[in-house]
Amino acid sequence: MNHWIVAPIVLPAILAPFIIMVLRFHLDLQRIFSVAGVVGLLGIALTITAQASGGDIQVYELGNWPAPFGIVLVLDRMSAMMVLLTALLALPIVLYAITSGWDERGKHFHSLFQFQLMGVCGAFLTGDAFNLFVFFEVLLIASYGLMTHGGGAVRLKAGVQYVAYNLLGSTLFLFALGTIYAVTGTLNMADLAVRVAEIPPEDTALLRVGAVLLLLVFCIKAAVLPLHFWLPASYANAPLPVAALFAIMTKVGTYSILRVYTLIFGPDVAVTDGLVGEWLETAAVLTLAIGTLGILGSRHIARMVAFCAIASMGTLLVAISLFNEVATAAALYYVFHSTLATALMFLVADLVMQRQNGAISPTAPMPQGGLIAALFFVGSIALAGMPPLSGFVGKLLVLDATREAPHANAVWAVILIGSFVTIVGLARAGSLIFWKSHDAQHNTEPDPENEEEIPHPPAPEPMPGLTFTAVFGLVLGLVLLTLFAGPALQYTSNTAVQLFTPENYISAVLGGEQ
Amino acid sequence: MEALVASAVGVMTAAGIFLILRRRTFPVILGLSLITYAVNVFLFATGRLALNAPAVLNKYEDVPYTDPLPQALVLTAIVISFGMTAVIVMIALSAYLSSKDDHIDMTAQDSVDAPGEDA
Repeated sequence: MNHWIVAPIVLPAILAPFIIMVLRFHLDLQRIFSVAGVVGLLGIALTITAQASGGDIQVYELGNWPAPFGIVLVLDRMSAMMVLLTALLALPIVLYAITSGWDERGKHFHSLFQFQLMGVCGAFLTGDAFNLFVFFEVLLIASYGLMTHGGGAVRLKAGVQYVAYNLLGSTLFLFALGTIYAVTGTLNMADLAVRVAEIPPEDTALLRVGAVLLLLVFCIKAAVLPLHFWLPASYANAPLPVAALFAIMTKVGTYSILRVYTLIFGPDVAVTDGLVGEWLETAAVLTLAIGTLGILGSRHIARMVAFCAIASMGTLLVAISLFNEVATAAALYYVFHSTLATALMFLVADLVMQRQNGAISPTAPMPQGGLIAALFFVGSIALAGMPPLSGFVGKLLVLDATREAPHANAVWAVILIGSFVTIVGLARAGSLIFWKSHDAQHNTEPDPENEEEIPHPPAPEPMPGLTFTAVFGLVLGLVLLTLFAGPALQYTSNTAVQLFTPENYISAVLGGEQ
Repeated sequence: MEALVASAVGVMTAAGIFLILRRRTFPVILGLSLITYAVNVFLFATGRLALNAPAVLNKYEDVPYTDPLPQALVLTAIVISFGMTAVIVMIALSAYLSSKDDHIDMTAQDSVDAPGEDA
């Protein structure tokens, strides 16, 4: 067995308790180990991506129990790619959190960060539906701690909402898994795929209920329209570097939708028979519309970026809901882009919030305003999907993939008008915050009453140089994704082909007994 | 038996949903606990209801047994939901202590949009 597959889970799983138990009073050592852990994770992710890019599906049997009886981890192109994305995202964020001083504002930032990485990597690698639930819980528990990191009345209140919403989501997940288990008697994904295909269509009412419940759970995670209400308040009130890391959490929902609805309830399985795609397409288009309206309507930069995240999830799910190879290849490219771009914007929003209160209104000019404005400009171009950055390539691919779709006119209209509204919203915010600020010097005297309502405490000793390095790391990621769009698209196309031939996955997992 | 378990799950879920839709944190947390109890019973029942049957196979004689997997799932679910309830109680308590009210919704002053008005 190839032990590299379990390494992305084991490394943070060992590091997190080590940090919390041995290094709890040594912030410098915590920082060193945390960064080293993320660099190690990046190395592991590159290794397993190189192994998976050949196209073999590798299986890791935990405890050496064969597939339908034990839990397996499965490494294919999609899971390797998502682990790589997690590591690529985590490195700039952990550097940013250290250099901006966010990790000193509360306890246990680094161990929670590592637990979060463990949960995310585990969710991407597991081949068992109940184990997916467990890893969801691991990443959620860590995210509860990170979300309320630093404290403050507003953040804690937003934290209660966030925890309550996700607890309800987890309960729904259990109901879905219970229903599916009651019908099929298994929770191994490959085994489920075999059994679901065998069930005669007239006996599948209960299974359809399970499939739709499961979709609802993943839609909560992915913040799809009627279930997106948790996202703006949670992300805008979380520490913004943490919100940048949460950009990968919505992608966990996306990943799960792709995995489950290509492998188990695939497009040609009689049980669901295209049910998922139809609903998802409508919901995704509406999500995109609401996200862009939110960008235009926000009065606070953090909230605006949260709506950017919702809008990009809409674009992404439009492509996914078609469930064909071309659209999935486009979606996977867009996953990479939108995660990096959303994280970049959250970090830029944090740079702004370290210097002023973040309201989208003319306020005093801030230190390093020019550089932050330039970064905001780059992030806006990426998120709105304008050339020359990868957002343009991603949106072009999505538009091209939806050309043949049944409601192509409506989808194109929403994506294009949505991009336009996004540009207007971001341009409005940028000009109010960065340009009009020079007209606002007359009302800048501090008001003692409002001082304590500002949700973020002033930055302790910022180290601007290194902080900007971390942000530029994400910009570099976007530039590389644009320059190497060809190879990246080649990889995602191969991934899509692999996803839509689930037979290989099934025989790789269950191969031993057949 | 089936009717009893099914109606217990249904009633607990209904009561839980009713409580979750309240505006204060205490009933919401109670509602979440009720729903997690409901889901635990539901998971337990997914292995079919078998009375007085052990959850292990007997090598020596052919006696009825009950499906052990849902029981393992329920144990995991209980541990997770119990821990999560403790976490939400702690967060809700500190939110209550720092903002002096236990409304679960955000009022106008709480929202991050607010600084825009008085900046």
